Amino acid sequence: MPLLALVGALLLLGVGLAATGNDATAALVAMVRGAFGSPYAFFSQTLLRATPLIILGLAVAFAFRSGALNIGAEGQFYAGAIAATWAGVRCAGLPPMIAVCWVLCAGCVAGMAWGAVPAWLRVRFGVLEVISTLLLNFVAESVVSWMVTGPLQEARRAYPQSDPIAISAHLPLLTGRLHLGFLLALILAGVLWAFFGWTRLGFEFRAAGAGPKAAETIGRIPVRRRVAQALLVSGAIAGLAGAIEVSGVSYALFQSLSPGYGFTAIAVALLARLDPRAVVLSGILFGALEAGAAGMQRDAGVPSVIVYVIEAVVIIVVLVAGRRRAVPKSPEDPG
Amino acid sequence: MDLLLVTGFLAATLRIASPLLLAATGELIAERAGVLNLGIEGAMLAGALASALAGTMWGPEAGVIVAVLAGMMMTSIVALIAVRARADQVITGTAVTLGAVGLTGAIYRMTLGSGNSEQTLETLRYPWTLTLLACAAVPLCHFTFYRTRWGLALRATGEDREAAEANGVAVERMQSVALLIAGAFAGLGGAVLVLGQVGSFAEKMTAGRGFVAIAIVVLGRWRPFGVLGAALAFGALQALQYLLQGMGFDLPYQLFLVLPYGVTLLALAGVVGRARAPAGLGK
Repeated sequence: MPLLALVGALLLLGVGLAATGNDATAALVAMVRGAFGSPYAFFSQTLLRATPLIILGLAVAFAFRSGALNIGAEGQFYAGAIAATWAGVRCAGLPPMIAVCWVLCAGCVAGMAWGAVPAWLRVRFGVLEVISTLLLNFVAESVVSWMVTGPLQEARRAYPQSDPIAISAHLPLLTGRLHLGFLLALILAGVLWAFFGWTRLGFEFRAAGAGPKAAETIGRIPVRRRVAQALLVSGAIAGLAGAIEVSGVSYALFQSLSPGYGFTAIAVALLARLDPRAVVLSGILFGALEAGAAGMQRDAGVPSVIVYVIEAVVIIVVLVAGRRRAVPKSPEDPG
Repeated sequence: MDLLLVTGFLAATLRIASPLLLAATGELIAERAGVLNLGIEGAMLAGALASALAGTMWGPEAGVIVAVLAGMMMTSIVALIAVRARADQVITGTAVTLGAVGLTGAIYRMTLGSGNSEQTLETLRYPWTLTLLACAAVPLCHFTFYRTRWGLALRATGEDREAAEANGVAVERMQSVALLIAGAFAGLGGAVLVLGQVGSFAEKMTAGRGFVAIAIVVLGRWRPFGVLGAALAFGALQALQYLLQGMGFDLPYQLFLVLPYGVTLLALAGVVGRARAPAGLGK
């Protein structure tokens, strides 16, 4: 079904392009070539872009499954990226293994802190996390913009970007531009799958999302606490994605580090029906879409932003097909 | 204090507040009918692009009308998916906004932004007419909500759809109509930005104003005049930037970009406990 949605969306794109006087076949061919045309395209474009999408998709899936509607992965990603950059420019003397761990930890902690705000607002004041996480995205973007023109700006103060992080903090490369972060994403997916499927705590998180009332009364699960914790964990995972992007791809902080990865990740998680294993596949799929869109823009002159329309169509089709099964209702409505 | 600074501050407040007030009024109507419409950002964006396109071709007045239609088109998708098919409102709205970002970006790059468009966009001769319209919509909205049968039915739908249905309200139609009105207002908000203020379209130019409008509705405690006050407060907060700069304070401009969001979060924490959302919101 999800695949059908994707094929349908691509067909729709083809029809739309043909109707507006573009060469639809050339565009779609350019798209496939951009994503799968060569080993470089696949490993250094598709999988490279898939890495943040998988990790952020896992962050979103974790929150949604536990009944926390976290749509602030973008902001948490940026929080992680800021902290990772801050840590990365300060670890010149450290041995590589330790430097990398330190940078990734900084990202996790910052992402968790960013996720703690909506968690606290929700628990203490009953503010819907949908609204607070959404607003915090804009705050995070402004903070990045301030950081790269203020406290973290490069030494010469000419460009809106940070100093490069220390070489010892770079993630090792696997092949081409693909870095160790991709493996970390796979491992994380495995860990989360095992956590949800095999542990008591994982069951409690799932139950908090699937049936908060039943979980509270029959299962004696502290639902409010689990939902808040889910926001923290989700934030930490998203922050990790930001740190990995900095230490594996950009090596510095930029204003447009994420082309909306945090929002695409919602599509990634939904398409995977919030199953961590499937998130890997749908993350690669969306990585291919984005790499393909870049190829399409380069070779066929079709604006790459069109990929967002495809994503939107996929979300809606999957949503309608799955109705309310895809996303558990959020526990007791505050206010 | 300098008189010029003060009038400048008040003018900036009104200017910043008008697109927010329009969008928030529309969002208020949708939320009172029980629909949390996150597609509002997409509807504003669509309105902004439509007003720029139609404005270049047929003049600014036509731009306003087409913007309204474009906004309604976006929320009609929300109506179809979230109301008719009963899919999750939050995710539907997010998807519509995402799609609108892609669609407007692509259309803009193929038309106005392609570099070989030589036509220029005229702005409205009397841009404050739309501000007036925004202000006039507030008492009208209040009257409709609390003094008409239709308004009662709308509010009933938002509070308890089963009860409303049992009393003969066509719930789905009511929510769909509310969403269409919300889209019209959001489209107008986008048109104000382009035709009344900036004078051109840019990708993602609404920059989260639709989401701010959602916060304004909460801050205004789901009441028309409350929304008016909250929108003005928001405008004033951002206009503070010009006032403080005029007075010689040197602060990073990002602080003023963040301020409204930060204050909203604080205010939400303070307000939510006391104000009551429509009981059926989001269900």
